[in-house]
Amino acid sequence: MRLTCPLCGARDRREFTYQGEAVALSRPDPDAGPEAWNTYLHLRENPAGWRDELWYHEQGCAAWLVVTRHTTTHEVRKVQLARDVAKAEGTA
Amino acid sequence: MTEPVIKPVTESATDQTPFKAIPPCAGLLPLSIGALDLTEQPHAQMTLLIPWEGQETALSKALEKAHGVALPGVGQSTQSHATRALWFGHNQVLLTGPAPDPALADLAAVTDLSDAYACLRLEGAGADRVLARLTPLDLRDVSFRQGAVARTEIAHMAGALIREGEAAFGLMVYRSMAATLVHEVSDAMQSVTARAALGGE
Ligand SMILES: [Zn+2]
Repeated sequence: MRLTCPLCGARDRREFTYQGEAVALSRPDPDAGPEAWNTYLHLRENPAGWRDELWYHEQGCAAWLVVTRHTTTHEVRKVQLARDVAKAEGTA
Repeated sequence: MTEPVIKPVTESATDQTPFKAIPPCAGLLPLSIGALDLTEQPHAQMTLLIPWEGQETALSKALEKAHGVALPGVGQSTQSHATRALWFGHNQVLLTGPAPDPALADLAAVTDLSDAYACLRLEGAGADRVLARLTPLDLRDVSFRQGAVARTEIAHMAGALIREGEAAFGLMVYRSMAATLVHEVSDAMQSVTARAALGGE
């Protein structure tokens, strides 16, 4: 499996570390209440399909990436810098 | 028991201090196998620069003014005499050579990494074939040109590769990995040289 880092180009999977579903970019407000925080911390979708995930290009440029990956075919549709995604969403 | 005499260390007295800088590859390099040479680069001051939010253009101008090098693009480097600025990752640049102008700290996080890395140079016909045994990157001339920089793994160690000439590459890994890198590269140099002697690649 290879991922195409927006900075480094196509790189081998072993250069990356997997973090999980890309929920860290939409962190609830500190006073959002226990339900919202419980969901943020513990509840995840488990789709057989497309999902946005956080990957870390640890052995490369050290950027956090949002990888849009199909969980059954492993097809990768999109790779973006997490910073760009967060800026676009107004969370950074 | 006599009190130890502690002499103040001043810049002009550096030569007289009991401390001696030991290069990361001391005792291991230089190494020549066949047409290939593996050497340690002369020690240079290394400074990591991480521009503050939105300060990239200002930092580039300040770098150019103080050190004669602009901020390099992604995967690139800029050079002026013995001063180089290497793209060193997302939003990171490594300045090598001079002591950094203190004014850079207004525009970037400035970290001294002078003792953090072992810096090697692999040179000679077949240098690309040596590296092909250590990294999956495409290092052909067309895709990894003079001055190109890649952060990648070298023999499973996090490091950096720099294209320094047609058959010359700079290799950087953390200083603690210096002996492992020398071992891995010299193994590959031997392998490439042996294959060439048999008429193969
Ligand atoms: Zn990368």
